[in-house]
Amino acid sequence: MAFSLHGVHVPHRKYTAGFPAELLETPKAVTIPLSMHIGAPAKAVVAVGDLVKVGTLIAEAGGAVSAPIHSSVSGKVTKITDFLLSDGRTVPAVVIEADGEMTPDENIAPPVVNSRETFIEAVKNSGIVGLGGAGFPTHFKLNADPAKIDYLIINGAECEPYVTSDTLTMENRGGDMKVALEAMKQWLGIKRIIIGIENNKKKAIEKMKELAAEVGNDCIATVKVLPPVYPQGGEKVLIYHTTGRVVPAGKLPLDAGCIVVNCTTLAAIGAYLQTGMPLVEKCVTVAGGAVKEPKNLLVPIGTPMAEVFAACGGFVTEPAKVVYGGPMMGITVPDLSAPILKNTNAILALTEQEIRTPKTTNCIRCGSCTNTCPFGINPAEIARAYQKKDAAALKKLELMSCMECGCCSFICPANRPLVQTNRLAKVFLKEEMTKEGKK
Amino acid sequence: MEKQFTLASSPHIHSGRSTQRIMLDVIIALCPAAIAGVVIFGWRALLVLAVTIASCVAFEALFNLIVKKEQTIGDFSAIVTGLLLGMNLPANIPIWQCVIGALFAMVVVKGLFGGLGNNPVNPAITARVFMLVAFGSMTVSAFPTLVDTVAGATPLALGTGQSPYTLLDLFLGTTGGAIGETCAAALLLGGIYLIVRRVITWQIPVAFIGTVFVCSFFMEGFNAVAALSMILSGGLFIGAIFMATDYVTSPVTAWGKIIFGVGAGLITFMIRYFGTYPEGVSFAILFMNILTPYINSWTKHKVFGTGGKKQ
Ligand code: SF4
Ligand code: SF4
Repeated sequence: MAFSLHGVHVPHRKYTAGFPAELLETPKAVTIPLSMHIGAPAKAVVAVGDLVKVGTLIAEAGGAVSAPIHSSVSGKVTKITDFLLSDGRTVPAVVIEADGEMTPDENIAPPVVNSRETFIEAVKNSGIVGLGGAGFPTHFKLNADPAKIDYLIINGAECEPYVTSDTLTMENRGGDMKVALEAMKQWLGIKRIIIGIENNKKKAIEKMKELAAEVGNDCIATVKVLPPVYPQGGEKVLIYHTTGRVVPAGKLPLDAGCIVVNCTTLAAIGAYLQTGMPLVEKCVTVAGGAVKEPKNLLVPIGTPMAEVFAACGGFVTEPAKVVYGGPMMGITVPDLSAPILKNTNAILALTEQEIRTPKTTNCIRCGSCTNTCPFGINPAEIARAYQKKDAAALKKLELMSCMECGCCSFICPANRPLVQTNRLAKVFLKEEMTKEGKK
Repeated sequence: MEKQFTLASSPHIHSGRSTQRIMLDVIIALCPAAIAGVVIFGWRALLVLAVTIASCVAFEALFNLIVKKEQTIGDFSAIVTGLLLGMNLPANIPIWQCVIGALFAMVVVKGLFGGLGNNPVNPAITARVFMLVAFGSMTVSAFPTLVDTVAGATPLALGTGQSPYTLLDLFLGTTGGAIGETCAAALLLGGIYLIVRRVITWQIPVAFIGTVFVCSFFMEGFNAVAALSMILSGGLFIGAIFMATDYVTSPVTAWGKIIFGVGAGLITFMIRYFGTYPEGVSFAILFMNILTPYINSWTKHKVFGTGGKKQ
């Protein structure tokens, strides 16, 4: 691998690095949307008035690409409402009023795993989805033809500014990760494991090296130390930088013989195998200039952001934007009722100062965007093609390869809304392509 | 409902680079050469620079007013064009010609094509060429006031091989020529500043100047001194460092920039040795500006995952 992909040097602002995860007080009520993953929403199996405990199944998987959902508190289902997801879809959400006891469901027991099928089934029942952000159901990803898997890559490249929850996982949950890796070796026939981490996470690297040595007795397990360039944790970027393999445009990692699992997802699998407690809480980095005391908090899924921020002393100034995830790819929320989801690794309250952008001017054709794009896409040209509604040109510019990492917008001196334009252009191109398909 | 926060597309942070800051950096980088020009050619040079800058800014503002566009003079690009244009003119040029040149640069080349970023050719260069054609060869007759020189002609107009100037004269700029083009030392300083500030990359200036050097070196029978005086003369440094690197009209990728630089260097060399005009830099850049869209399409990045590895 001669060249590294481009990217940007983002300010790290990892103020919560090394902060242990504190436990959030039991929230008064949780709102659990029935879709926190890519794929079909889950189907509710509880009704208003039902009593639930921590870990009780409240919705079952709604298809092959789906995941079940469990209660994160003990209490009573008070409402099943409509919930507007950030992608515009409306799904049902179960509202549970907590009794404050956090009583675990008595049926919780470690799963019996004695075959590949029972292992995949266990991962499915755990409700675990890709916790690095995408929320792709993990069981579906793992249920691949073992002959095709050359590498299992553990994503420890936490490249987004502010966010430290994955690093915390690597530092403290090596045991859980080990259990999961052993199981994956045994049941999925994994031969080679690479853990990718950026070189600015010294303690995590040390811990992961220990882990690699422990699981590396009958397979090759290595830690690959990477430069802290954003977006190192992007799936295709990570695969290229750890294995040198290129995932073809429009294809999945598996097409390059790789499976990528986020480190926190891995730890969650390990925890489930040991206890049988499904994914009901998340370690969340709470940060941003508006937060009084930034922290890492263990939060029951469904807890409204308002309570999480309150546990961090509230705001020192009125935030300008509140974001799920990191500042490069995170999604803004309209208000603080938004709940913590399975794939929430951070919530940020950003000040005017932090989100300040220069004045937008015409594109000065400096080329920074395409020279910075990890994939060599030219978003300035895409913007011009989109303006002309030129579907053929958009296709030729490989618009669909864009992972929306944000490097181009971040670097653009003219402050052009490049990522946003790419998103709109994708919607347009998909429409055009279906139109064409119908003809 | 609680307070609504701003909903917006990611990313939510920005590098802080801005068009304005880039333009400001170019202005800063041009300052040493502009100051050298004023020192060498006297107060008349200062007047020319003031007039070109003021009229470029005024014409841009006026144009925006007339076509009812958002005012753009705050991005400083008009100042850059004005400064560059002035630096490309001789100190003794009639003031009215400066104003016409500015009008041509800002309205015909920039404004009518849609403003910043949309001009197909560099406004300052095009205006210079326009003035050269329209008002005669006024760009080759300025007298340095600082030193007493034998001739008012620029080193290039005297013809190759007969330059009365030493390499040191050429390097410091105490020769005839346009206000901002003679002091190679100051231009070089500005170029280094721009590269350090990452406003430009090395490819275009190095390929451009390097090509002229290598070609002259062979042409002059492996005479390094003659080749050096060739690259230090005329508008090569200001052209290669400041005008050929104009984002809008030069290629985007590193290889594209090298092709652009080599191409411009070859054309400059040919005009200087075989053409009727003594100076070829402006024409060379103009010509390569026109080729830029093609160079861009030949040299664009291969998108990751679409056959072979990226670069
Ligand atoms: S970075 Fe911005 S100004 Fe530069 S070419 Fe891209 S879109 Fe245009
Ligand atoms: S074009 Fe897409 S992939 Fe490339 S930098 Fe921009 S957002 Fe990232």
